[in-house]
Amino acid sequence: MHPLLHSEPGTTMLLLGNEAIVRGAIEAGLKVGTTYPGTPSSEIGNNLFFISQEEDSPFYFEFSTNEKVAMEVAAAASASGLRSLCCMKHVGLNVASDALMTLAYIGTKGGMVIVTADDPSMHSSQNEQDNRVYARFANLPMLEPRNPQEAKEMTIEAFEISERLELPVILRTTTRTAHVRGAVKFGEPEQRPKEEKGKFEKDPRRWVPVPAVARVRHKVLLERMEQCKEISEGSRFNTLSGNGAELAIVSSGVASNYAFDAISELGLTERVRHLDLGFTHPLPRAKVLELLSGQGKLLVVEELEPIIEDEIRVICQEEGIEVEIFGKRSGHFSRAYEFSPRMVRQAIMEILHLEPTVERHTPDLSWIPELPMRPPVLCKGCPHRETYNAVKEALKEIGAEENAIYPTDIGCYTLGLLPPINMADYLICMGSSVGSSCGFSASTDHKVVSFIGDSTFFHSGISPLVNAVHNGHKFCLVIMDNSTTAMTGHQPNPGITLKPKGFDKPTVSIEAVVRGCGVRHVTKINPYKKKEAVETLKEVLAKDELTVVISEAPCILYAKRVKR
Amino acid sequence: MKPMRILFTGVGGQGTLTASSLLAQAALLEGKEAVMSEVHGMAQRGGVVESTVMFGGLRSPLISEGEADILVSFEPLEAIRALAKCHSEATIITNTVPIVPFTVDLGGPKYPDIEQAIERMKEGFKRVIALDAEEMAREAGTSRAVNVVLLGVLLGTGLVAIRPESMEETIRMRVKERFVEANIKALHLGLEAGRDTP
Repeated sequence: MHPLLHSEPGTTMLLLGNEAIVRGAIEAGLKVGTTYPGTPSSEIGNNLFFISQEEDSPFYFEFSTNEKVAMEVAAAASASGLRSLCCMKHVGLNVASDALMTLAYIGTKGGMVIVTADDPSMHSSQNEQDNRVYARFANLPMLEPRNPQEAKEMTIEAFEISERLELPVILRTTTRTAHVRGAVKFGEPEQRPKEEKGKFEKDPRRWVPVPAVARVRHKVLLERMEQCKEISEGSRFNTLSGNGAELAIVSSGVASNYAFDAISELGLTERVRHLDLGFTHPLPRAKVLELLSGQGKLLVVEELEPIIEDEIRVICQEEGIEVEIFGKRSGHFSRAYEFSPRMVRQAIMEILHLEPTVERHTPDLSWIPELPMRPPVLCKGCPHRETYNAVKEALKEIGAEENAIYPTDIGCYTLGLLPPINMADYLICMGSSVGSSCGFSASTDHKVVSFIGDSTFFHSGISPLVNAVHNGHKFCLVIMDNSTTAMTGHQPNPGITLKPKGFDKPTVSIEAVVRGCGVRHVTKINPYKKKEAVETLKEVLAKDELTVVISEAPCILYAKRVKR
Repeated sequence: MKPMRILFTGVGGQGTLTASSLLAQAALLEGKEAVMSEVHGMAQRGGVVESTVMFGGLRSPLISEGEADILVSFEPLEAIRALAKCHSEATIITNTVPIVPFTVDLGGPKYPDIEQAIERMKEGFKRVIALDAEEMAREAGTSRAVNVVLLGVLLGTGLVAIRPESMEETIRMRVKERFVEANIKALHLGLEAGRDTP
């Protein structure tokens, strides 16, 4: 009995933003959900997965092999008339962007919601790219919730807008909206027959974007987004409050909460006018004009890129409005990292020349010595640590350690970069261990030993491995197969042999895939049998050709959980 | 309820997130608004885990420097690390049992002298409650209930207007049945300590 599926309408529960999105999707009659896990989006997929394991699940769900596949699966469901949702972390949308850009042209039928979870400050990511850019790049509607209740409501509305415009709608969260918990009131789920199937109606002039079709469809997209302006203009998620003329403030996302608290704590409700944006693309132009009317100063409160700031600059230029704009370009905020409530409060105080009143006294803390850091570490007994140690010892014994470099990949094992392991030298993105090893092999005389996890291998390690075989690159790829996607919370992947209860999807053998790619030297080791592993590795690592070692041992946390 | 910002900090695996969500859940039971934020993902692998609980209509889920009204720390080094988030009128509640990070053995900075640090905290902050929550949790029947002991201490101080009964009810709802009794005992040991410690 999953609480997000079975709780009575009217119930109020404390939900994460991510859980609220799941409830919203259920209330909207979701039929197909897909994802590739990634923090801070993971709990959306996890909850959809758990619900889909229940007998009376109203929808189909899958962990797809990567985000592009996830988007294609959801797109086809939508083209067949079903409501679909695919979710991913911000960098996942890069992987899916090839699909996204043209999906915007061919459009959708059943409502389709794409959730992108951005990570300002990079709490668990390799960059902090601002995916609001994708809404502009693909020219699609974007909604940005500010709290869990709104995350639920926006999800429902996103499906409706998607069906009205026949376009996918992007719902963008950030870490501080995805991982914030707040009270959410449950509504009535849409009742659709459980066994309802979609029906795809052929229309090649719509669904097959050869150039002649694409030319037409781009015009359609532009027209639809014109219509969307009206929807954004009238949206209840864009609210204007206050009638003060000292300062206009426009804000979006979690930073809207900081602006709201600052206005209330500084007692400025009567002195400022605040446009709080939830429907952020397209920007509600008339509301912006209303905000600016009679104002001399505007503060734009948005994390990361100055997108709203620049769009308002354009509006001002077009309308001949003279207003002093404060934000990123004035140096009041940074394009780097997430905001804090204090940062927003101080910007407002500075612009209005307010004396500090709410700043509390802080005691002298100069006595605090330099404190030891506490970086995340591989768990006690983690098989990755054993694999790293075995590889290191084998390289030492064959005298190759000095010259070795270690391209790595994305997962728990990236923590191999920390001492005393120190075996992560180069990383770009998912799958880059294999592709970059090809490059190091072609351009250096280093001994290249790279590391990738099982889930990441299926995500984007296979095609660069084919590249390595075909182009004759020489390196040793160690696939650390712990039978789960550990870092993001133990989601299944195609290679798993240790399966969650009731999960009976077939296993795709990593070894068979590697051999199928044409790799001739494939070996398996058990990292816990160190002596044997080192002996095998010595032999493999001495070879001057492409080799793959599959180090098999389940994640200890996952194994414990499955056995329970 | 007046605006209040509570910061929880600890080490991955100590139950920091459980504690903050129990607190917010108990508030919800009483019909009180609460907003909380959590750290997920990479940091949970033995790193520092922080969460916040905000009461009294605050919408911001984050706490800036010098803004926390209460700090609840599961580990003393992490209490020291989080002090800059607290103002002078704040109450500091901390467990005194160290979890020494591996960086100390690798030649990083030394683990600080905790007794000395607690004395300094007492000079700078309104109220400091430092106790061996692990010992109390063991007394209650499970060393894993450190988080509930500290929640008890927090409620025992009377600073947060949530009734202990609501917390008991939340524990009964949320904790696995065989651990309920130990956790309720842990809550009560914490409550007493919070009431009795000046």
